[in-house]
Amino acid sequence: MAVTVSLTDPYLFAFDSFAKTANETEPGWLRKLRTTAIGNFEKSGFPTPKDEDWKHTNVAPIARTSFAFDPKAGAPRIPGDLVEAYTFGVLKCSQLVFVNGRFAPKLSYLRWLPEGVRVGSLHEILHFDPKALEHELGRVASTEKAAFAALNTAFLQDGAFVHVPRGRVVEEPIHLLYVSTSQEPAAVSYPRNLVLLDHEAQATLIESYVGLDKGPYFTNAVTELRVGPGAVLDHYKMQRESEAAMHFSNTALLQGRSSAVASTSFNLGGGTVRNDVRTLFQDEGGSLALNGLYLLHDAQHCDNHTFIDHAKPNCTSLELFKGILDAKSRGIFYGKILVRKDAQKTNARQTNKNLLLSNEAFADSTPGLEILADDVKCAHGSTVGQLDENAVFYLRSRGIDESSARTLLTYAFAGEIINQVKVASMRIKLDQLVLSRLPGSEAIRETL
Amino acid sequence: MALLEIKDLHARVANKDILRGIDITVNAGEVHAIMGPNGSGKTTLAQVLAGRPNYEVLSGTVRFEGKDLLAMKPEDRAREGIFMAFQYPVEIPGVGNAYFLKAAVNAVRKYRGQPELDAMEFLSLIEDKMKLLGLDESYMKRGLNEGFSGGEKKRNEIFQMAVLEPRLAVLDETDSGLDIDALRVVANGVNSMRSRDRGMLVITHYSRLLHYIVPDFVHVLAGGRIVKSGGKELAEELEKTGYAGLGLEEVTPAAAPAPVGH
Repeated sequence: MAVTVSLTDPYLFAFDSFAKTANETEPGWLRKLRTTAIGNFEKSGFPTPKDEDWKHTNVAPIARTSFAFDPKAGAPRIPGDLVEAYTFGVLKCSQLVFVNGRFAPKLSYLRWLPEGVRVGSLHEILHFDPKALEHELGRVASTEKAAFAALNTAFLQDGAFVHVPRGRVVEEPIHLLYVSTSQEPAAVSYPRNLVLLDHEAQATLIESYVGLDKGPYFTNAVTELRVGPGAVLDHYKMQRESEAAMHFSNTALLQGRSSAVASTSFNLGGGTVRNDVRTLFQDEGGSLALNGLYLLHDAQHCDNHTFIDHAKPNCTSLELFKGILDAKSRGIFYGKILVRKDAQKTNARQTNKNLLLSNEAFADSTPGLEILADDVKCAHGSTVGQLDENAVFYLRSRGIDESSARTLLTYAFAGEIINQVKVASMRIKLDQLVLSRLPGSEAIRETL
Repeated sequence: MALLEIKDLHARVANKDILRGIDITVNAGEVHAIMGPNGSGKTTLAQVLAGRPNYEVLSGTVRFEGKDLLAMKPEDRAREGIFMAFQYPVEIPGVGNAYFLKAAVNAVRKYRGQPELDAMEFLSLIEDKMKLLGLDESYMKRGLNEGFSGGEKKRNEIFQMAVLEPRLAVLDETDSGLDIDALRVVANGVNSMRSRDRGMLVITHYSRLLHYIVPDFVHVLAGGRIVKSGGKELAEELEKTGYAGLGLEEVTPAAAPAPVGH
């Protein structure tokens, strides 16, 4: 086992002193959750490039940096108009804003919510109504052999709690906006989201992670999504961190009988980014659409790992991840679908497509299927390539100049993911963001 | 001045000489058919006129309304008024038909110093032409040629031509893969575009298309040269005798250069 004691030690020491202060006020179950997590972290240590799952993402820079962590710090005050740039225009939504990982009530607001629906700061609920979380927190996201989820669980402070009871439908999206500022020395935050949809509940959740300035920091986030029988969740994750920042996230999804989840992630920011998505069909009839777009330039690094566990029969998962890689950026996709022995009539499709805009960009694509059942429909595939020159010529032959043709085709490549976003104002924002990142976009924007 | 004047054109693709001295002059108002067996260079001629990269012109000249066509980028050829209907139109998911065509129309208008069209003006421009080609509104929302049948793709080519109103249309095997009904629709679209200031080069393997689009001149291309020219009766003659009647043989697929990109 690759235990790098010297690198884990600072975190273990930090936990000891943190646990002393936290223990005074926290309920026993939470203390136990933290202790188990740090124990798991101690066991696994930081992953090394020798681990198959981590061969492209070197965490040594994170392990070597002692990021500042002050569990007592509140959210620093920042002007509301700074946050405005990261919202979705006229979108009517409930919005929880967190600054450096801590809830900022003055920047947050809730719109009308159906009876019984709870949306609020995890920190506040842990303080005032910890019982509501006792049997839920840490149930979906495992901390075993998951160093970063373990650290998040050991040190978690704040985040969002969303609970939609049976049959309730939250029509307007709930936007969780995590804003980070650069601090000296660089700091770490541990956003933790817990989202519970009971029987036949419905909700739309948007997670945003943004950097207000260009400095370094580390976001280590965990989101747990428990989607009950017949429930419907639309989930979006928008990552626009500072390009000097590290963003590591674990998204854990548990799906009940006949539940339907669509989850789409957009990675535009960050310097070193690692996203792990793990989903489990706990019962029959579930459907999952798991999509992602990573649009990278300069020396950005984005590593997406997904694991879909078809544990039960009659479930469908459709997965599409697309990367657009410019300059010296590196985009990694590693997907695994496990179809267990009992999971007959599984329908699973996994696709990863990468577009290289530069000779120095790097893409690694490893789709994977492990099928233990015998009556299933499964497929996977991946591509890494350049723009189709036939398509470029076709557009040029109609009078569109070469640069615009290339921009348009790149934009269209991204469009396949963007167009799946059901929240219109978010889709428009994504259109603008993606376009503004493409070379030569001014010319085609005029005609859009 | 001739609309299109091709003189002694030699061209190669993938290090293989395909065109070995082509001479054709098309005047405004004329429809020229270019017929020939597989591998004779028909598609290469169309691609060279449209400016596809990797098609290397070795010698000869092509003048379009007196200008040096070969010196122009593909997009400038389109803006000057050349339109090629592709034998294999590409599918581009994510670029809507309407968006694409509006961008094309406005690129051409901008080049010509005309004001760009807004969405309403564009819609009124295309309305009648959609009817002419039997395209319904759902078509505009779909991705460019995305999931289109062979017939739909060809109709879309002619529709684009009708909207862009070129001075010279080059139709590359527009009849291939069309059933008789689709062929009629497409031919009807093309015929409606015939006018005294527009020229057409209709490239086809079979004379079938020429029953519907009746040419003024027919040229037979073989081995990269025009081996025979005549009026529309030449197409009828070919229909009876086949290319073998002219002493021409089909180049076998193995010997024929693979069309680039397919």
